[in-house]
Amino acid sequence: MTVIARGAGALAAAALASATLVAGASSPAAAQDSTTIAITAIVEHPALDAARQGVIDVLTENGYTEGETLEIMFDTAQGNPATAAQIARQFVGEGPDIIVPISTPSAQAVVSATSDIPVVFTAVTDPLAAQLVSDMMAPGGNVTGVSDMSPLADHLDLIREVMPEAETIGVPYNPGEANAVVLLDRLEELAPGMGFEIVRVTASRTADVMGAAQSLVGRVDAIYVPTDNTIVSAFESVVGVGQDNDIPVFAGDTASVERGAIGAIGFDYYQVGRQTGQVVLDVLNGEDPGSIPVRFASGSELFVNPGAAEAMGVELPQDLVDRATQVIE
Amino acid sequence: MSLVAFLGAVEIGLVFGVIALGVFLAFRILNFPDLTVDGSFPLGAAVVATLIVAGVNPWVATAVAILAGAAAGLVTAFLNVRFGILHLLASILTMIALFSVNIRIMGRPNTALINEETILTPFLDWTGALGMPAFVAKPIFVGIVVLVVLALLARFLTSEYGLAMRATGANPRMARAQGIDTDRQVYVGMAMSNGFNALGGALFAQTNGFADVTSGLGTIVVGLAAVILGETILRSRVMAVIVIACVLGSILYRIAIALALNADFLGLKASDLQLATAVLVALALILPNARNPLKALGRGRAGSRSGGKAAGKAAQ
Repeated sequence: MTVIARGAGALAAAALASATLVAGASSPAAAQDSTTIAITAIVEHPALDAARQGVIDVLTENGYTEGETLEIMFDTAQGNPATAAQIARQFVGEGPDIIVPISTPSAQAVVSATSDIPVVFTAVTDPLAAQLVSDMMAPGGNVTGVSDMSPLADHLDLIREVMPEAETIGVPYNPGEANAVVLLDRLEELAPGMGFEIVRVTASRTADVMGAAQSLVGRVDAIYVPTDNTIVSAFESVVGVGQDNDIPVFAGDTASVERGAIGAIGFDYYQVGRQTGQVVLDVLNGEDPGSIPVRFASGSELFVNPGAAEAMGVELPQDLVDRATQVIE
Repeated sequence: MSLVAFLGAVEIGLVFGVIALGVFLAFRILNFPDLTVDGSFPLGAAVVATLIVAGVNPWVATAVAILAGAAAGLVTAFLNVRFGILHLLASILTMIALFSVNIRIMGRPNTALINEETILTPFLDWTGALGMPAFVAKPIFVGIVVLVVLALLARFLTSEYGLAMRATGANPRMARAQGIDTDRQVYVGMAMSNGFNALGGALFAQTNGFADVTSGLGTIVVGLAAVILGETILRSRVMAVIVIACVLGSILYRIAIALALNADFLGLKASDLQLATAVLVALALILPNARNPLKALGRGRAGSRSGGKAAGKAAQ
């Protein structure tokens, strides 16, 4: 044991010595009276970028000025969880006031790297399964955040309203994406009660999305695209298949309606980011993150696209169009 | 760079050092270009996470993860040796199949270990009681594991059996003429190589609190970069030094990423990370040879000759 301890000590000493050398060469620390927020995401894509912008906008609207009283650090893991782990250490070492991880793997990496810096995660679908918190109402410790669980029942209602006769819904998703798998499981729980049957197809990469959508032709009455990063990235592939075969395509996020979905109810990620920003503000104002319940992304905006509906062979009920928050022409 | 970030880079570098050893074993010793690692790394993570969550002792879980990785290596070797499928393609087949297998094993794409007992827990409790923060204790623990693995591997490669494996990679025809069963060497070597890769995955899952199927992406690139970086910086013919160089290369690669993450002041954006990492690694490869420009010039021919030799070895 002594041998191991001594060896370990020597190792630590060597590591510390070289680290001090490196640390000495690093840039000067941020000004003391400014607040530092460290944001990290697993990848950069429009929805996650919008979430980040939402956080920053809320802070700047509440008296913080970026570059003066507010310092934003931002890094993405570029799709690699090992890099996410390293970014987490990087941030913990910088000692920011709050860390905001976007997406499940980034959040897990940050939460396992620190137990004292406040963490406000966002765009995590199932924080319990990800073990970020053990209780949604009273997270405890240094972690809270916003879950982007979709209002799936509302989504199925929307499909029912547009297509009273529909029975089967095809759902393309990436089986490698934790968020998407949670959504699919919930969908399958909900669907039978609403008279739907869910047909799953998988696409692990954006290049596979087209083939996955085509495999649904003839088997389903409608296609629903959940908030799955892979499928949303290749949304146009699904829309093309829907138009060619008269299968209406619905989406889980409102931004996809502009890209050709018939309609969607829900939040856009900018709003999710703003909600997260509010939690960040609360923590900056001295609230204990462990006592802030994990919130669900809210928003019941209805986006419809009558042109897309026509291209896919259905007509939107007039009162649906009248009710819509936004009608895409 | 802060101390936490530096030690984090060392820790993740050590974890990927185990993978560099696996890659070294396949590419350099066996001369088997093996891409299975992109699947066997997350396989190790998936197995260890699933077993730990199911309540299995973490050491046992880690051992099973290594065996699972070895089995994956055997599949690749089987496809290649038994059916004559080109090694690259054989390993690609195993790698893509493992993506589905890993999701099957976990039942979902991501398993969390943040609140579970891992092989690190007793050590972290002990060092924590002594007042050592976790970010210092973790790399020490991983370092000890890597030292044990290094010692065993160096010992193996200089044993009679290890020499037979090296002969198999260097010149299979000659090896067969010496009575070496080269097919069996490929099986054993590939099993060992992917056992290392899975051990790396198991360590990564336990030190970072999660196993994710997407974590395999590009592991082979990182492993190869580490091996070549190590070879460039620490040239030697002594086996023990050569394997240490692999781990050293891996740590340097992670430090390059840590530096790249710190390069914001150069006006780099977050999306420039990969480019900055590539430039830093390229510099690490160039600088040792460019210490003395005159000498480098004079050595031009000699340098190209040794480069040619290395390339020749890789192409065999």
